[in-house]
Amino acid sequence: MIEVRDLRVSYGGRVVAKVPELDVAPGECVAIVGESGSGKSTTLLALLGLTEGAEVGGRIRVAGVDVTSASPAELRAIRGARVALVMQSPQAALSPTLRLGTLMRRALRLHGVGDAERVMAEAVEAVLLDPAILRRYPHEVSGGQAQRFAIALAIALGAEAILADEPTSALDVTVQAEVVAVLRTLCAERGLALLLVSHDLALVSTIAHRVLVMRAGEVVESGPAGRVLSEPSHPYTRELLEALP
Amino acid sequence: MSALPEAAPLRRTLPRVTDRFALAGAVLIALIALAALLAPWLAPHPPDEVDPFAALRPPDAAHWFGTDAAGRDVLTRVLYGGRTSLFIAVTVLAVSATTGVLLGVVAGYAGGWVRDVIMRITDVFLAFPALLLSVALAVVLQPSVTTVIVAIAVTWWPWYARLSASMAASIATRPYVDAARCLGVPAPMIILRHVLPNSLTPVLVQVSLDGGGVILTAAALSYLGLGAQEPTAEWGLMVEQGQSLFTTNWWVVTFPGLAILLTAFAFNVLGEGLRNALDPRRIVK
Repeated sequence: MIEVRDLRVSYGGRVVAKVPELDVAPGECVAIVGESGSGKSTTLLALLGLTEGAEVGGRIRVAGVDVTSASPAELRAIRGARVALVMQSPQAALSPTLRLGTLMRRALRLHGVGDAERVMAEAVEAVLLDPAILRRYPHEVSGGQAQRFAIALAIALGAEAILADEPTSALDVTVQAEVVAVLRTLCAERGLALLLVSHDLALVSTIAHRVLVMRAGEVVESGPAGRVLSEPSHPYTRELLEALP
Repeated sequence: MSALPEAAPLRRTLPRVTDRFALAGAVLIALIALAALLAPWLAPHPPDEVDPFAALRPPDAAHWFGTDAAGRDVLTRVLYGGRTSLFIAVTVLAVSATTGVLLGVVAGYAGGWVRDVIMRITDVFLAFPALLLSVALAVVLQPSVTTVIVAIAVTWWPWYARLSASMAASIATRPYVDAARCLGVPAPMIILRHVLPNSLTPVLVQVSLDGGGVILTAAALSYLGLGAQEPTAEWGLMVEQGQSLFTTNWWVVTFPGLAILLTAFAFNVLGEGLRNALDPRRIVK
């Protein structure tokens, strides 16, 4: 689903992210961990071709499309519809003047998804939200609801992969668990590929199959989640683990 | 980021406009607009009814505001003049706000050379004193109400362009704009559906503050003989015609003058009120 080789993102000659290899298969969850500024989010944006003003080298294939050589129209067609991005601040990611239902309906029309009402009802149900939420404005829903709505949007659009950028860090602990549960279910039952960016190792350990550890733009360690998190080989990974409460 | 205070989105704040100041301004403008709209029914005399034998009568029971040098009823002409002045104000604001906001929002969202081109053109217009440019334009064109509208609109839109460009530039960095891009929404649709509606609040305030300014400018142009022409009833023109009579027949100039004052005042009250009511620091409270 997602296939990255020798990715190199730089701004004005300064390399901000270097990823030699990153694959996410359907039904698999891969997590990129690391501190702020380690290049995690840049890597995600590069997958959608949204790194404006950056030089991107290497090969990126997402949902069968070569992102580095695709036309703007081809990129727009995969964004959202095949690969969805779930952002860190769920409410801020919703336009304050639109009801959630309006937003979702427009997104479906944009990507030519028919039978919108049924698709919307199913998607909202899949993330355990009350359908009444579609009549609300973003400031009338909680962070957890907004985040689950973002995931519902991805489902409604038929996305095969979800890129999640710190999807729980702006949420309360109990709400975090709900969002994680929804993501894990989607991964397991619908075969979605999930690429998660997080600095929350506790979250990562509960959901990820494989882990990449990034620091200052470089991947310092990667492997199965169980091994990386229990027997880290790189001192930086050990540091991260020791920082856990 | 822009230096503007972050305005709260329109939808969230509009129902909370309970500010008494804004309300008073809105009521006053509604009354003035109503009087102008209903002029044919409210006015005691036909607007162009000339009566040489009733010229320059002071206010009395038959002519509450007196009559002018041609014997026309001043109250009637003040009511009809309101139609002209408000028509000019509404048209100028609609044309200049639409033009300015569209250009500004595109400039603010796109950035780069697009912004540079649009904003430099805007700067050229802003470089001239507004009234001077209006006067120059009106001199070149035939004096008429349409001329007034064109002359003022040309000098007015750059302010909206500049205001909405800085708003749009700050909106363009919001996560929901990124989210729209991540959904594959094309740029024109992002501007129309997300950037535009969320940049409108300060423009709305500015438009209501500007209503008075446009009325004053229109009156000034007519006063200079560059705008509405006889026999059109227009406040600025009436003031011009009545001023020489002020020491002997004060009512001819005073009532249209008061009408200008009252309307400009009402727009300012509304604008100030809206500005306060939509101030995010008060909404958050």
